[in-house]
Amino acid sequence: MTKIIEGYLKVAPAVMFDGDVATIDSQSVYYRQLNEAVRDAIAAGAKTVRLTRVNGQRYIGTGVAGSDVRIEIDGVPGSDMAMFMDGPTVVVSGNAQDGVGNTMNAGRVIINGDAGDVIGYGMRGGTVLIRGDVGYRVGIHMKAYESMRPTVVCGGKARDFFGEYMAGGMLVLLGMDTQFPDQPLVGSFCGTGMHGGVIYLRGSVEEWQIGKECGIFIADEADMVELGPVLKDWCETFGRDYDEAVSVPFTKLVPVSHRPYGKLYAPM
Amino acid sequence: MPTTFIQPEFRVEIDYDKCHKCGRCVQQCGWGVYSFNERPIPDDSKCRACHRCVTFCPAHCIRITKNDLAFRESDNWSPDLRKAVWRQAETGGVMLTSMGNPKPYTRIFDSLVLDACQVTNPSIDPLREPMELRTYLGRKPDSVEVEPDGEGGFRLAEGSGMMNNVMLETPLIFGGMSYGSVSLNVHKSLAMAASRLGILMNTGEGGLHVDLYPYQDNIIVQCASGRFGVNPDYLRRGAAIEIKVGQGAKPGIGGHLPGEKINKEVSTTRMIPQGTDAISPAPHHDIYSIEDLRQLIYALKEASGYKPVGVKIAAVHNVAAIASGIVRAGADYVYLDGFKGGTGAAPQIIRDNIGIPIEVAIAVVDQRLRDEGIRNQASIVAAGSIRSSADMAKAIALGADVVAIGSAALIALGCHMCQSCHTGSCSWGITTQKPELTRRIDPEWGAERLVNLVHAWSHELQEILGALGVNSVESLRGSRERLRSIGLDEQMNKVLGVKPVGM
Repeated sequence: MTKIIEGYLKVAPAVMFDGDVATIDSQSVYYRQLNEAVRDAIAAGAKTVRLTRVNGQRYIGTGVAGSDVRIEIDGVPGSDMAMFMDGPTVVVSGNAQDGVGNTMNAGRVIINGDAGDVIGYGMRGGTVLIRGDVGYRVGIHMKAYESMRPTVVCGGKARDFFGEYMAGGMLVLLGMDTQFPDQPLVGSFCGTGMHGGVIYLRGSVEEWQIGKECGIFIADEADMVELGPVLKDWCETFGRDYDEAVSVPFTKLVPVSHRPYGKLYAPM
Repeated sequence: MPTTFIQPEFRVEIDYDKCHKCGRCVQQCGWGVYSFNERPIPDDSKCRACHRCVTFCPAHCIRITKNDLAFRESDNWSPDLRKAVWRQAETGGVMLTSMGNPKPYTRIFDSLVLDACQVTNPSIDPLREPMELRTYLGRKPDSVEVEPDGEGGFRLAEGSGMMNNVMLETPLIFGGMSYGSVSLNVHKSLAMAASRLGILMNTGEGGLHVDLYPYQDNIIVQCASGRFGVNPDYLRRGAAIEIKVGQGAKPGIGGHLPGEKINKEVSTTRMIPQGTDAISPAPHHDIYSIEDLRQLIYALKEASGYKPVGVKIAAVHNVAAIASGIVRAGADYVYLDGFKGGTGAAPQIIRDNIGIPIEVAIAVVDQRLRDEGIRNQASIVAAGSIRSSADMAKAIALGADVVAIGSAALIALGCHMCQSCHTGSCSWGITTQKPELTRRIDPEWGAERLVNLVHAWSHELQEILGALGVNSVESLRGSRERLRSIGLDEQMNKVLGVKPVGM
């Protein structure tokens, strides 16, 4: 029998503890109550929080801290998942929406599907691994600071503004697991305004797709030493063949200047 | 060929008969105007008329005058325009300046006058009677329930209070100025003053230095498009969080803090490497709509334990509709920044030509929110050249809850409005990161001056309220009936909702 759900319900969800594993039935629970339950479960000592029947709730894992915490999401979470997150691991069984890892500090996000726009915006640390395609503005203004170096790997294809204003970290696009075989690997304005970090694209792109602030190179052996472990991580996570991943040469984008706009102004 | 056609703007004249030859002017000047060869020798071309040397000259023998070179008169081609063409022909660059729009646009505040009580409705003496300036920043409930307190009076019913408001002892806060654009000692001065005054300072987009943690209950932490220094700890420390969409001095454009200003300490609070440019994109790339703004507001609330979240925008043509959207998106306050607002660095062409006056923005936003029945859902903070307690009173009468000051606070700390913040060589130690200059401001001294300024304005505001015959700033808010205009045209009066004098 199909249960008809009339929007989200602003009630606390049922939480079941089994040792340090908390399971929360998320179906039609409003995001505020759901996230409160997640935070409460972690505060009560849960190391793994399983969210079942997630259907679009926003902000799961947002602002949550603790590197020993694991959040498992069965379903499709809503936007801004793992935003401002500081340490936990989040695993999504399905697709994710916009803003995954937005301004994230540390932690690990694994998405066994596609993801939307603005993934990893302003991200400062941690890793986001996506099996499939991503939307627009992915990796905008990712930045690095001292030992913090964010990594985002997208297994499918990406739209425009990939890595725009990038200031640090590593952004990788593989094109291996995509719903859009006929589309180019990446859209336009890739790396526009880039002033730090590195972008690796599996295969080649047209020069017009790339921002003028980027230097375009073929990844050499030294680059593959840096990229290899990241690729292995992605392949192992999603059960793909590493040899297949490295069977195509990678294009490497790095900024030509750390100060692309240093000469734009004339002080009065 | 001459390297430049532009002649020095100022002349530095030293009366060598009086000069002690002590060399203090050489030490004090951040611009490198002076060299010393038995006596100080000025290079006029480097002078910014900041008066640091004048202030510290023990012999009072330095005079800075305008270098009044005659240009052939042209009302159309002012000397400034001619100089700008020369400068751009030399450099090919976007003209960069700072500290607010200096152009002679109509100053509406100066065309508004306040009312006073005479005979029939007595004025109140604030020296004798209580005069309430306390203001609550944030969303107010649509209605409250009261219950008998058992002693013949009433009290708010359980759970019927104000939701997550920030209490201000006076309706004034310090506007956002980042650590990086101003020095740490300036930030400390502002934070200490805010804490003593029971008001708020604002981090701007530069993170929160660890030295400011003791004052965190009086600090608004800003989240702007570069997301510098924004992490969960930062969000939880602030008394409120502000999403900065725009600022009055440079509506619609982002910010570039040049790599030279990113030293070790600045790099720590911004959480970016030393020496790279700190680029704030023009838009937030996760806000392309009101719905997206709502998403960010609630993300910040989720991450901070439901702190008040405000949104700062530049006052632009459609400000009323935009503000309505912001309030509906769930903002606890809307911060409107008028086109005369100051800043550390802005392209001149943007600073001088984009945006609308704050007076108009306050009036139309207040009216729009009232018309839509949502005025209680957010406070209005008004900024963009609040120069005195009179401007503060007029802004509140037009409909603001709170005003914010930036330039006035910096002037209190010694800023002489030389409009050279972007050079990073501020002789007054305000907009610089050079240690030999930043130590010129002692935070304790700075805090005291700011406390004095705000106390003085608050007393003056109380005097104004007393003259108006009201005993609380709440009674002035949006009370445009207590304003009249002089010399504004009919249409402007209509926009402002203000009658001309005599009516």
